Amino acid sequence: MLERAQVLHVARLARLGLTEEEVERMGEELSNVLDHVDRIRELDLEGVAPTSHAVELAGVMRADEPEPCLDRDVILAAAPEPVDGGFGVPSPGPADDDS
Amino acid sequence: MAASACPAPDRPTTTRDPFAPIHAARLAEPAVSELIELTAAEAAAKLRAREIDAGELFEAYRERAAGNDLNAFTWVADSAPETAPDSPLGGVPLAVKDLFCTEGVPSQAGSRILEGYRPPYTATVVANVTRAGATLLGKTNQDEFAMGSSNENSAYGPVLNPWDRARVPGGSSGGSAAAVAAGLAPWAFGTDTGGSIRQPAALCGIVGIKPTYGVCSRWGMIAFASSLDQAGPFSRNVTDGALLLSHMVGHDRRDSTSISLPEPVTLPTAQDLKGIRIGVPEELLGGDGDGMGVEPGVRESFEATLRVAEGLGATVATCRLPHAPHALSAYYLIAPAEASANLARYDGVRYGLRVGGDQTLETMYSRTREEGFGPEVKRRIMLGTYALSSGYYDAYYGTALKVRTKISEDFRAAFGEFDFIVTPTSPWTAFELGAKTDDPLAMYLNDFCTVPMSLAGIPAISIPSGLSEGLPVGFQLAGPALSENRLIDAAYALEQAIGFDGRRARV
Repeated sequence: MLERAQVLHVARLARLGLTEEEVERMGEELSNVLDHVDRIRELDLEGVAPTSHAVELAGVMRADEPEPCLDRDVILAAAPEPVDGGFGVPSPGPADDDS
Repeated sequence: MAASACPAPDRPTTTRDPFAPIHAARLAEPAVSELIELTAAEAAAKLRAREIDAGELFEAYRERAAGNDLNAFTWVADSAPETAPDSPLGGVPLAVKDLFCTEGVPSQAGSRILEGYRPPYTATVVANVTRAGATLLGKTNQDEFAMGSSNENSAYGPVLNPWDRARVPGGSSGGSAAAVAAGLAPWAFGTDTGGSIRQPAALCGIVGIKPTYGVCSRWGMIAFASSLDQAGPFSRNVTDGALLLSHMVGHDRRDSTSISLPEPVTLPTAQDLKGIRIGVPEELLGGDGDGMGVEPGVRESFEATLRVAEGLGATVATCRLPHAPHALSAYYLIAPAEASANLARYDGVRYGLRVGGDQTLETMYSRTREEGFGPEVKRRIMLGTYALSSGYYDAYYGTALKVRTKISEDFRAAFGEFDFIVTPTSPWTAFELGAKTDDPLAMYLNDFCTVPMSLAGIPAISIPSGLSEGLPVGFQLAGPALSENRLIDAAYALEQAIGFDGRRARV
């Protein structure tokens, strides 16, 4: 069973807010899925190379030439809070440590 | 099926003197229901021959799509776009899964976090078929970010199955599948990461093709799991699927993982399966092992289809895919891991939802994602983040990647002896809305027979093989990488011999 502290730690890593109810449910649901997938750890996979991609491709390169991109205005039109021709964000806040 | 089962076309009818002379030109003009009954390939041919009008065809579908009671669409075009009648597809309308970016048209991927998002560019595969003469009819509902097997995870509500409105259409491309099955669109785009084209095609009684990984560009497709995501067509029959796929494929310099097929996709002609060796993997059909049971009605239809294949000259024998039962476990580590990275981009900064207020950057990220993502997406982000986190990476993600290697090796060995491997597409027919929503693991088991092919990156097609208690059953054929033409030909020969009639869903 995934403990509450682990759920909160993973949620923090993912920058994902969870309601109190979600924190409780998530521990149980993730544990059920992990119990199921755990079976692959019983397989003998000694010396097997990992596959991260089904198609073997290596070093796809293109010429390093500048080309036109979308206009700044077009990009910023979708931004929730454009500021002075850039993406506006809230302050990162005071540093957590060394304060 | 009797034509009287169809309701009157949704058009104002005028009372006319039955003895009045009828103008010859009016006689030749097809009625709306006749336009809808044309396959996409037939419609394209008639458009090119100027026998039907692209505007009328578009309007016939537009009315049906806009008025549908299945919640299959999240956006429908107001009017027909300009078409070039001399183009290969001549103006045949196309429904597109919402996660394909379409310039200026809402592309929300079934998520609240992208509500109202109108991208400034169009996905390559959409641009490819538009250039070939397809017209954008609408965007279809889907599970949020393609995560789901029932279309119940959409922020815009569930889609209903046209065969039985109390049941799900499958997912994640449920809107596209339901739209094609119900005749709201002649054909549609979907995406398949672990079965999201094949399973809804099966549950809706239509044809769905998941091509070899890479033959369709992913550029402009809102990403779920990048090493698995692949676009493909939904259609009423195999020929239409081949026709649409032929205009989708091609290397794209904007997707460096895209590849070219060795030859163009051609329309199928095979009348038999003489000399074809078909393998039936016992690991995916057994009642034990992973505890997966295939429903009796599905098994019956599957076995009847094997007899049809033999009647066409194929040999059918049992084959082994020893690691296939573990594919589901590997998939539910790899796909969430990739998703957790891909979905990091939804942070309330560049597009989509931002939950504002007096707060720091990090709380803005967390609260935006808390409100913007639905429960299944949160679950997968958590699962993926956990599988990639320090201390668990090797045990989970690393192990899953090794299982992926073994699954590819299993297929390679099997294709040494067999031309195609076949399974039921889904272990069961369409289930009732809400039947599996409380148990994520039960929902994941939908993908038991489709994820092995996804992990191996090989092409597979689902065709309807019959009905079980009035609901469609899907038959899956998989072939080696880049074997699309042979696979489509074999599916076509089977389709002709099976003679499935899907018209009841178009009422």
